Amino acid sequence: MAMMTMREALNQALREELERDENVFLMGEEVAAYQGAYKVTKGLLDEFGDKRVIDTPITELGFAGLGVGAAMVGLRPIIEFMTFNFSILATDQIINSAAKMLYMSGGQFKIPIVFRGPGGSAYQVSSQHSQAIESWYAYFPGLKVVMPSTPADAKGLLKSAIRDDNPVVFIEQERMYGNKGEVPDEADFTIPLGVADVKREGKDATIVARSLMVPVALKAAEELEKQGVSCEVIDPRTIRPLDVETIISSVKKTNRVVIAEESHPFCGVAAEISAEINERAFDYLDAPVRRVSGADVPMPYAKNLEDLAIPSVEQVVKAVREVAYLD
Amino acid sequence: MSKQAAPTKSRVKAEEQPGAAAAVEEVTDHIDPAQLDEEHAKQKEEQKNRIEAVDRETLLKLLYQMILIRRFEEKCAESYSLGKIGGFCHLYIGQEAVAVGAISAIRQDDYVITSYREHGHAIAKGVSADEVMAELYGKSGGCSSGKGGSMHLFDADVNFMGGHGIVGGQIPLGTGIAFGSKYKGTDQVTLCFFGEAAVNQGAFHESLNMAQLWKLPCIYICENNQYGMGTSLDRAMSLQDVSQKACAYELSSEFVDGMDVLAVREAVQRGVERARKDYLPTLLEIRTYRFMGHSMSDPGNYRTRAEIEKYQQRDPIKLFTASLLENGVIDQAALDEIEGRVREEVEHSARFADESPLPDPKELYTHIYADE
Repeated sequence: MAMMTMREALNQALREELERDENVFLMGEEVAAYQGAYKVTKGLLDEFGDKRVIDTPITELGFAGLGVGAAMVGLRPIIEFMTFNFSILATDQIINSAAKMLYMSGGQFKIPIVFRGPGGSAYQVSSQHSQAIESWYAYFPGLKVVMPSTPADAKGLLKSAIRDDNPVVFIEQERMYGNKGEVPDEADFTIPLGVADVKREGKDATIVARSLMVPVALKAAEELEKQGVSCEVIDPRTIRPLDVETIISSVKKTNRVVIAEESHPFCGVAAEISAEINERAFDYLDAPVRRVSGADVPMPYAKNLEDLAIPSVEQVVKAVREVAYLD
Repeated sequence: MSKQAAPTKSRVKAEEQPGAAAAVEEVTDHIDPAQLDEEHAKQKEEQKNRIEAVDRETLLKLLYQMILIRRFEEKCAESYSLGKIGGFCHLYIGQEAVAVGAISAIRQDDYVITSYREHGHAIAKGVSADEVMAELYGKSGGCSSGKGGSMHLFDADVNFMGGHGIVGGQIPLGTGIAFGSKYKGTDQVTLCFFGEAAVNQGAFHESLNMAQLWKLPCIYICENNQYGMGTSLDRAMSLQDVSQKACAYELSSEFVDGMDVLAVREAVQRGVERARKDYLPTLLEIRTYRFMGHSMSDPGNYRTRAEIEKYQQRDPIKLFTASLLENGVIDQAALDEIEGRVREEVEHSARFADESPLPDPKELYTHIYADE
């Protein structure tokens, strides 16, 4: 095990996969000479050269589509969006081209591509630069969506995403790049997509959390432990395919669920998880499923308002106490 | 390239590009019949001169393919009205010289990608008429197993990279396919076709910029049929000389008469040479005309009968047939023989499509992810 930041873990994953397969290349804004807007791609240009680590013009639709075309002829592009906010410009190529190519060609053209970069809230960058849009991509069959919450998960999942023969939307959390954690040393450490991780075991209530909400949920669980409530924290890690089985098993054990997410509640991933629980484990529930979501507003700039828009440890604690009928 | 009379507003002369024989002169809304006759005569003379430089086998193949696509599309119209083809169905009648001429200039292992009006490109690239028709019928024997339909024909075996349904969406994809050739160090080139309406999309401009910046072996072929669905070019585009737009990205470009299959072939050959030897992209504006509506549901009220007839006089198949007859390359018997073989191939495709089974219901849930 080695202690490192999520940024370093992602960098290692990229380096190892570029090393492993000549068909892998990395393309995006400022990924090469500038060493990455968030330094995730630091050093890669020097190591692999400008054939494989490519700075692009600011032309998201164009280079996302270029990546899909390159994938059609057997390359394995990693397309970095400086942030996922800018991926909105590329949605035509991600959705209409990448997600549907295999299906509408009757299985002839697979698209092994990774669209990656930071998503979710950043620090005081207001409405257009601070949003969680995973539910958009998770909506579409044909795409996989991954959101790691620890350095180890980030490394293992990114390596799997790059090796996957499908388009994978890999959303890193901008606030989490500096978070540290242990990462296994083993030479070819990967984590399969579609497998949830139980981040903390418990028996009284289940908290399902992803990305930035995982550390929030773990802190809430610590606080609740002091109050005599044992919480299980489940991190799906992959939003699509979603490991529903692990969530359902936990619900059957604890009978109470809170789903924490950074994104807006309306048509969000928590709504989908809640529907799955209602369909598959309704009889096991001792309380209605509760969501703790980001505020249903565009992200404000002012620090005090921004803090109010992102779910807090206190909100999660309160929600768990409510489903446990403690208040 | 010969000038083509077009119902557009007055346009200035496009700057000549390397390789272009001539560029656009001023065109007006009102064309007098004498001028039109003169142009047709000139056009035929030019084509007859081009014929001299091409071997007979190739000429006959070009003619066969153009007639095949024409009759195939006529069969599609018939099958559509019988309810055998559903959804959107965009016919290529009138534009045959573009796909046939262009694709005759590349190798089997080169790539073709295009929009949703692609039955002709698929056939010209070597997808069998049987498999194209079966796809239109939504049958399992279709080239996309019945899952793509008219707008999404694919055939990996002949590097036919698809029909794509979002206007301009295939342009970044074609750019990426060309990127792949250069990355892998092959000399394969990509022909990326699109209509002139796609030129107004950001995808076109983003792609041309990247292609020249990174020197990608892609030939961008704008099939300017002068209408984006029901909106004429002059109502949709501020600068109507599409070939001039290449200047913004320093691409080589040419304006080409799309009614002359050999003019198209020659222009694409020049682009292919640049792409194969030096990894350079090219933009070709190929002026053509669709004789049918935008799709089968379009009555075409936005165009006059006279305008359509004017272009029908310049029908690329009629022109080429006349040139070949006058040059003694073929006689009427040979032409009849070609028509006979085409009829057989088209009838066979319809029978094949009729007899091909529907996709198995379990196919609904296949090909969503690659690792299933």
